[in-house]
Amino acid sequence: MTTKTKSKPKPAAKAHVAAGKPHAAPAAPAPPAGAPAPAPAPAAHKPKGRSAEEMGQQQREISVSEFFTKNRHLLGFDNPRKALLTAVKEAVDNALDASEEAGILPEVVVKLETVPEGDGAPPPPPSQATRFRVTVIDYGPGIVRQQIPRIFAKLLYGSKFHRLRMSRGQQGIGISAAGMYGQLTTGKPVKIISRTGQHVPAHYFEVQIDTKKNEPLILEKKEIEWESHRGTQVSIELEGRYQKGRASVDEYMELTSIANPHAKLTYINPEGETKVYPRMIAELPEPPREIKPHPYGIELGMLLKMLQDTKSHWLSGFLSTDFSRVSAQTAEGMCKAADLHPHRRPKDVKGADAERLYKCVQATKLMAPPTNCLSPIGEKAILAGLYKQIKGEFYTAVTRPPAVYRGNPFVIEAGLAFGRGPEHAAAQAQAGPKKPLAEGESHEGDDNELARVIRFANRVPLVYQQSSCATFKSVLDTTWRNYGVSQSRGAPPAGPMAIFVHMASVWVPFTSESKEAIADYDEIRKEITLALRECGRRLGMFLKRRERAHHELKRRNIFELYIEEVVAACKRLKGGKLAEKKLKDQLLAIAAKRTGGQKTDELTDKEAGPEGLPHSIIVTPEGVEGEVPAEPVAELAAEPAAPAVSPSAVAEEGGGTKTPSPLVGEGRGGGTPTTVRQSPARQEKASAVKKVAKSAKAKPKAKAKPKAKAKGRKR
Amino acid sequence: MTTRPRGGNVEKKLVGLADLVIAAANKKRDPTIHIPVRSLSNVRFNEKRRIIEMGDNTQERSFFNVGMAKKFMQTILVADALNELQRAALTTSLREIYYRTKHTIADSHENTFDTQDESDPIIEDLEVGLEALREELHVRAENGGTVIGPVVFEDDGDRVDCSRLGKGGYSVPSIVEEEYVRIKKCTADFVLLVEKGTQWNRLAEDKFWRKYNCVLLTGNGQPPRGVRRIARRLHDEKKLPVYVLVDNDPWGYYIYSVVKQGSINLAFESQRMAIPDAKFIGLSSLDPERYGLPRNVGIKLNDKDITRAKELLNYPWFQKKEWQVEIKRMLSSGLKFELDSLANKDFQFLTKKYLPRKLSEKEWLD
Repeated sequence: MTTKTKSKPKPAAKAHVAAGKPHAAPAAPAPPAGAPAPAPAPAAHKPKGRSAEEMGQQQREISVSEFFTKNRHLLGFDNPRKALLTAVKEAVDNALDASEEAGILPEVVVKLETVPEGDGAPPPPPSQATRFRVTVIDYGPGIVRQQIPRIFAKLLYGSKFHRLRMSRGQQGIGISAAGMYGQLTTGKPVKIISRTGQHVPAHYFEVQIDTKKNEPLILEKKEIEWESHRGTQVSIELEGRYQKGRASVDEYMELTSIANPHAKLTYINPEGETKVYPRMIAELPEPPREIKPHPYGIELGMLLKMLQDTKSHWLSGFLSTDFSRVSAQTAEGMCKAADLHPHRRPKDVKGADAERLYKCVQATKLMAPPTNCLSPIGEKAILAGLYKQIKGEFYTAVTRPPAVYRGNPFVIEAGLAFGRGPEHAAAQAQAGPKKPLAEGESHEGDDNELARVIRFANRVPLVYQQSSCATFKSVLDTTWRNYGVSQSRGAPPAGPMAIFVHMASVWVPFTSESKEAIADYDEIRKEITLALRECGRRLGMFLKRRERAHHELKRRNIFELYIEEVVAACKRLKGGKLAEKKLKDQLLAIAAKRTGGQKTDELTDKEAGPEGLPHSIIVTPEGVEGEVPAEPVAELAAEPAAPAVSPSAVAEEGGGTKTPSPLVGEGRGGGTPTTVRQSPARQEKASAVKKVAKSAKAKPKAKAKPKAKAKGRKR
Repeated sequence: MTTRPRGGNVEKKLVGLADLVIAAANKKRDPTIHIPVRSLSNVRFNEKRRIIEMGDNTQERSFFNVGMAKKFMQTILVADALNELQRAALTTSLREIYYRTKHTIADSHENTFDTQDESDPIIEDLEVGLEALREELHVRAENGGTVIGPVVFEDDGDRVDCSRLGKGGYSVPSIVEEEYVRIKKCTADFVLLVEKGTQWNRLAEDKFWRKYNCVLLTGNGQPPRGVRRIARRLHDEKKLPVYVLVDNDPWGYYIYSVVKQGSINLAFESQRMAIPDAKFIGLSSLDPERYGLPRNVGIKLNDKDITRAKELLNYPWFQKKEWQVEIKRMLSSGLKFELDSLANKDFQFLTKKYLPRKLSEKEWLD
């Protein structure tokens, strides 16, 4: 047999490569008996290649976990800085989703700590540190004991993939990928505590992923005491880098708070500083509903699969029950059009039949999918979020009516915060007279600041890959100059401005698994552009009004100021012989007449108000007008279920080592960063609320903290 | 500023501005000053007198107009400062006027003037509007000019013999009116006004003025008022012809035209400054060829030069045929030549060859 001689050199070479598999070699020389002898021609160039059988030896299943171990950038773990953010993001997403689904107002604590690398060495300063522990605690529904290992240590395991319902998470990859990344870079397991109610014990787990099998390995599990009555705490140790600024955890927390004004967030950064983002709205968003897929949104393969999986016995029944917007009548029509009997068994519809059916379904006129499955943030809440977190003089928000792309309903919301805040304007006016300008100086600093675009998908901030995101492209495509804002070609508008864009959908089309940018569908672009234009129009109105009021005021001011100068100069010219008062009064009278006097005052006052600007807030040094949100909700009243709401961690029996913990209690005393951002009036109230909260909680916190640390150390 | 007749007391005119404001206020009117327009649109070339004269267009400057209010206020402030100079019998510079009138307006963070660019035009406005010469307003220009040659001045009682001042010469004051500077004696045959200081230095060092018995003047670029005025006085009082030596570029042509016909900006001063008989001695666009200057010492005309040259072609005072030819020749060659480029032939080419030949062949443009 020719094959034999030809393939001889190979097995030897092969054996090297597949050293781990000793029986690889013998397989080659003995091809299956019935195999026809290969033609000599193809065999001629075979010596260097491998036979199908040999290759077959190498071919085996790849587990998802193995795949993602090698391709971690696909999930947002490309570099240490991003990895830290992604881990926080995945855990917070889950916490918020779970709380909302359970109907609990979310409250989440995020804590970053540096971890010493070697033994004994103290942890380096946060900016130098390379290892962190991310701890995220929520007071949500908790997780039942049996599910804990799989949720945290099995990729593609979750509740959200198989239903069409708006939620932050989609695939069930996130948190387990974060855990896997931690395991990969530090070798440490993920530690979970969860409790589902006051009368059940809390469960403590340490889990890792078996990357080959994509199955959880439980390293430790026990029942423990936990002072929270309900909720989940997950703690992951991983390699990361902590930096402030753009695309940092700090920014992420701020943005999350803007898009989730109904959540209370506490963030403890690696430097031990605590930021509290108070709850601005005390009601949960309307819970989104689960929907059936819309026929326009599926592809042939999907249809085939659904045909096999359906519980319906008849084809027409399948169409009307498994899809939204398909009535029994329409279903019959579809079957008829496809020349298939409505009573056929769905499982028997295959091949050409299925393809015909697919085409007919796509050709049938159908209503757009129902949109009650969406839960947009809402204009009021967006305003509250922006007003809370971003200093400005003008805020506005727009929620578009629902629209559809590829059969998936979605809603676009846009918002805008403009200006540097009334304090800035007031400070400028105050500082003015004290320091007249020298030659070459100017009032305005170099004002090259560009607008910041803050992007969200299903309330989750998107911080990477801005330029490939549909939202950012729409911002660039909007002609901001029409609204009185300068903009250079191919750049976002210039000025002290934050532009908010949110897409809510049952399925947000991301450009990649790491969920960083929204894909560029025409329907989506169009909605974003419409929303931005509306925001722009309102901004333009605001700017025009402000300008007009300013102008009139200036006109009057100018004359009054200059009259003084002119009268004084005239007096000197006349050698001091001048009825100064008389001339001044005469000139002032002429000035008043020229500027319209009282009438103008009334006119400008009237037009300066927020009239005609829906869903907007205008902030001036004199006060705030428009849909001003209520003061931060006092959490004591709003949170009956989660008792001693302390961000501290585990209360464990054998609290051994006592590391000084940079935890909440102490850090909170001196003006928290949140309050710095608010106007003096707001600040006072906010801190008052906080004081109350603090005194109520002071005790449990102090007790629990050191122990939380002890736990991780012991293992 | 409606009073056009000249003369009269400057102080009275300045105080008149205050009266104007008071009168308007009494009548409940918007105080308004009329200022002659200083631009090409408001000058005309008087063919007969061969000088540029100011037209009758005026602009209004009203106090209670948002766009003009500040300028109006500034005008009154400058008038006040000028009046102060009159009373104290002092002279000063443009810059000092700027500093004198600059302050922060009470109860604001606004300056009366932010830069000198705001106060200079107002002084010119007042010059024109009040028909007062800058000297009469007691405002000095920069000194900037030098003279050497067989001429004797009397300045503040000092006798200045310009033939005995080495090669440095006498720095021409900005105010050279009869009351300040007198021409005691002059034996020269002509006046040579040189654009650039370097060529003037060359000629002074070579004692060109002695050999050819002339007064050498330079203004270091566009000649300041003092230089133009002294040239005019030598021309008027001593009947000396005036020759202008400039670079061969649009700027050089323009300098010559200002000396000859007056400037657009200060057209009202032409009758006192312009020398309609002045001659253009060089460099002409024909000179490179005639004097054998190689092409590579020329400089390519830039876009600005070309635009400027085309503007010159349209000025009424450049309509003579020779001038149209002269300017078009420069444009078609695409090159400009500096006086300095003559050094390519010889360091003393200007003194020994160029000027002697020009003078003997009477080779100039009118």
